[in-house]
Order: sequence, then structure tokens, then C-alpha cells
Amino acid sequence: MALPADFIEEQLPEGGTVLRLGGTLAITHISDLDERLRALPEGVIQIDLTRIEHIDTVGAWLVYRTARDQGATIIGADLDAQRLIAAVSGSDEQMIEAPRLSPVVRVFEELGEAVSSTAHTFVEFVGFIGQCVKAVFNLLLHPRRLRFHSVVQHFDMVGVRALGIIGLMSFLIGIVIAQQGAVQLRQFGAEIWTVNLIGRLTMRELGVLMTAIMVAGRSGSAFAAQIGTMKITEEVDAMRTIGVVPVEALVIPRVIATVLMMPLLGLYASLVAIVGGGLFCWMTLDMPPTTFVQRIREVTPLTDFYVGMVKAPVFGAIIALAGCFQGMRVHGNAEQVGLKTTAAVVQAIFLVIVLDAFFAVFFTEIGWD
Amino acid sequence: MAEIDPVISVRGLRNAFGDQVIHDNLDLDVRAGEILGVVGGSGTGKSVLMRSIIGLQEPKAGEITVLGTSMRGKEEDEAFEVRKRWGVMFQGGALFSTLTVAENVQVPLREFYPQFDRDLLEEIARYKIQLSGLPPEAAHKYPSELSGGMKKRAGLARSLAMDPELLFLDEPTAGLDPIGASKFDELTRSLQDTLGLTVFLITHDLDTLYAICDRVAVIADKRVIAIGKIDELLSTDHPWIHEYFSGPRGRAARLGHERQI
Repeated sequence: MALPADFIEEQLPEGGTVLRLGGTLAITHISDLDERLRALPEGVIQIDLTRIEHIDTVGAWLVYRTARDQGATIIGADLDAQRLIAAVSGSDEQMIEAPRLSPVVRVFEELGEAVSSTAHTFVEFVGFIGQCVKAVFNLLLHPRRLRFHSVVQHFDMVGVRALGIIGLMSFLIGIVIAQQGAVQLRQFGAEIWTVNLIGRLTMRELGVLMTAIMVAGRSGSAFAAQIGTMKITEEVDAMRTIGVVPVEALVIPRVIATVLMMPLLGLYASLVAIVGGGLFCWMTLDMPPTTFVQRIREVTPLTDFYVGMVKAPVFGAIIALAGCFQGMRVHGNAEQVGLKTTAAVVQAIFLVIVLDAFFAVFFTEIGWD
Repeated sequence: MAEIDPVISVRGLRNAFGDQVIHDNLDLDVRAGEILGVVGGSGTGKSVLMRSIIGLQEPKAGEITVLGTSMRGKEEDEAFEVRKRWGVMFQGGALFSTLTVAENVQVPLREFYPQFDRDLLEEIARYKIQLSGLPPEAAHKYPSELSGGMKKRAGLARSLAMDPELLFLDEPTAGLDPIGASKFDELTRSLQDTLGLTVFLITHDLDTLYAICDRVAVIADKRVIAIGKIDELLSTDHPWIHEYFSGPRGRAARLGHERQI
């Protein structure tokens, strides 16, 4: 059984102390030796290694450091110990400490970095949109370069495969609107107005907005992750060397697919939400479906439909652009893919909601209220 | 110290993925204090052998003993005592990308010795990094800021963190330029001398085999067909071994080696 590393101090007759180390001077056996050696008072002039059983680099480092700090000489080291001490002693020559900043400075530094990176991102985004516009013009001049196959594939990914989840979500939202609306309006004896609430809110706002959020989470993130992974595996660079423009091959098909799918999904979501609301009215307000449909047709102006359909492709473009943009910004390691994917979703939803506010004001101003 | 147990002993190992049998009835011994080179054509399962030995790949049959402990059926949270005593360097370094080089080196130390003082961990990391031949300023860099060769050295530094007795190196010189590769060979040799390591080294690099390996094990036909010094290998009559060591690259490596002596 190996003994733990230990030491005794001995006063030398000529003054000063000698440190006699013993036991197993290895990482497995040093326990608190480090602290005890650090705590030694000054005046050690010799370190005696005659009685150690085994030494490894950690032990060698402790011996070396103590000898260095105390200005002591090492005696009784066998060949192994000498070799190890020589090997670890090199790290001392150029000590480079990790730069440590005070918390206050760090807060300002991070704030500054955040501001500058936001500004940079904005500039890059504008540049990216420019690249996309250029690619669109190129494709208009050479329509055969459009990757039609890829566009269709993304129709499927963005549109068809999202039908289930968006349908379910919209159906539930329709029920929630009807239920909450009925509860509030009942206080005024105006439960019949629930229908207005359902029809107008879903067609005008919620259908498209909720769809946009769902598409951003489903497809915007997927775009960022797909393109980001391709960046890391140098597939994007390989494309460039072959002469394929990555924006044309990767970004434009995704943008086209999302722009075209968003209005369809938005309309679908609005209709399913109306069905959900109608079902609720039938069940709890005893309003037969025929009456409900008739009321919906009376109270929901066609402009509400237009409002939704104008917003949807714009939202689609924003989601796809944000996803592809963040994907293209990935560089370095796999961690970046995760970060940029998150950024893509956050950015897309944020921009969609900001734009939605502008649209709301705009359409009211032009009289589509 | 004449007859000591082998550090690694593999008996009757069988590895298969579905129908595809990689190893069948493979035997291998690694002796204490040697550098064993493992060679074999692409797809002969050199890395799979290493993964079986270090417990990342559960073999279908066979017995594996590392440092006197059987590794069969051991989960990640078992056999800590053995895991403390080996270090593994993966091909690409396999550094944790969110940590700096120094923090990477400290990971195994923090895991096994949480009581260590932070200053001591820093000091240990610093000299391990220096032992691996990295410049001191590399300590606070992230893996993505390092070149391929530096990543390998950083991976080596991490595998040396626990002062292992046994070191696994998976293609340490692959992807390095010839100067970097021979420096890495020298480093392996000098670390082996200094720290008294046993090294299990997978390589394609004939120069490495000639320069630093005490013995070479050849994997072909799903098992180790020959093991020994290169001269001994050449006296066997397996066609693959001859093609390997007597092909143009093999001859060049041999010439280079003889010239150095």
C-alpha cells in the first residue's frame, strides 16, 4: 500500500530548515500537500527527496515550485525525480496569466460588444438582402438557373408538413378566442358579437401571426441549422469553388418556398380557427353552424382577408431571410450552429411582430378597418 | 521486473456491426513501457480496437483486461480507477470547444480531484501545456483558434492531465506536415521516456513506426496477424505486410530511418 505524500521539517544546525518529503508524491496521494507546502514559512533551504517512494509530474511540480519560491536546493532526487523536475520546470519561464477584468469593466465591455455586434449584424443583414436581390435579378435573367426541384422540396418541408401542427394550433386558438370573448361579452349581453371577434381577429391578425411564429420556429430554425452545418463542413465553400452561387442555390429556393407557402398556411390557419370558434359557439352558445357562417360572412369584410394575405408573404420573406442569414453567418465550430439557430428564430419573430404593428397602423390609415 | 503482466491484454475479441465482422478472435498484448504501433489497411478496425479497449465500443465476445481490470461490460461510470490511469488522444483532438486549452486540461483533474486548489489546477495545466510543446499563450485560446497541429498537442496535453501510465494515441501525426509530424514523434518518445508511459499508437505513418515504435502490431484478416519489431515483421510472409513495408513509401521511410542512425 502506497503511503500518502507527507513531509517533516527539520532545523539544520547551521540555520534554516530542511524539508524531508516521503511517501508517494503522485497526483493520487498528494491530498492537502499543496496547501501545506504553500503555507510553509520562509527559511527552507533544502528539500530532501531521499525517502519518496514514487513521484509523478504533479509531485515534481510541487517540489519544484516550493524550491523556487523558497530558494531551496533539491537533494536526494533519483534519476526519475530529476527528469520529471526538469520537465516541469520549463513552464515557468514565460508565465501568461489569463486576463481578468473587474466586473464593472466587464459589464461595460459586454455592453459595448453587444452594441457593436448589433450594428455589425444590421449592416451584414442589409448586405445579405442586397445579395439576395442581386441573385433574384440574375435568376430573372437566367431563369433556368433557378433550382426548381429545391423550391418544390421546400414547399413540402415548409408547407405540407406544417399543416398538422398549424391546424391543431389554430383550432385551439379559435376555441380560446370564442370562449374568452363569450365570457367578456356576456357581461353586456352581447354574446352574439363573439362571432365578430372570431372572424375579424383570425382573418386579420392571429391566423397569419401565429402561423408566422410557428413557421419561424419550424422552418426558420431549420434553415439556419441546415445552412450553418453546410458552412462548417465547408460544403458552402465547395459550392463557390465549383461556381455555384450559394445564395442562389441555398437561399433563394427557401425564400421563394416560404413566401409562397405563408399566405396559404395563413389562410388555412384562419379558416381552421374559425371552425374551432364556430364549434365552440355551436356547443355553448347554441348557435347553429349555418347561422354562424352567415354571421361570419356579414361581419368579416373582404379587406380583412386582404390584410392577412398582404402580410403573410412579407412575414414569410422575413422568416426565410433571417434563417438563411444566420445560417450563412455560422463559422468555426458546432456551437455556432446552435447560437445562430436561436438567433434566427428570435430575430424572425421579433421582426414579424414589429412589422405587424406597422401593418396594423398602416391598414387602419388607408381605411381597411 | 522481468515477467510482469501486460498492460493491455485482449483475448478472443470479436466486434461486428450487423453482419459485418470487424474483428474475429483477435489477441493482443501490450507490454509495460513500450510504444506499440498498430497498423492496418483502412477499414480493418484499428480505431474500433482502440474503442473496444477503452470501453467506448462493446465487443460481441472476448476478454479485455487493462491495467489488471477487466473492461467487459463496464459502463461509463464504472472502472474509475482504470480511467484515472489512462489518457486518450483522439484523432482531431476532441477538445471541448467551449473551453480554453487550459480549461480542457483541467477537466479530468476537476472531475477526479475536485478538492484541488484552483491555483494548483492552473499550474498543472500550464506545465502540461508546456510539456506538450505548445507555446504558453495557447493556454487561454479556444480550440477554434488553434491550427490542426496545435489542437493535437492540446489534445495530448489533456490526455496527460492525470499523469497516466497508459496513453492511447489515434493517428497523432495524420494531417500534420512532415516537420510537425516528426516533432510530434520526438515529443511522444521524450514523454514516454520522461513519464515512463506505455503507448498504444494507431498510425498510418511509416516514419512514426520506424522512428519511435518498439513493436508494431499488424491488423489484417480481422485479427492481429503479426506483432514484433519491424525486422521481425518483414521475415513473415504475409503479402500485406510486405506490400506495406516494402512499397515505395515503406522503403523511403526505412531509408530515412537508417540515414538518421
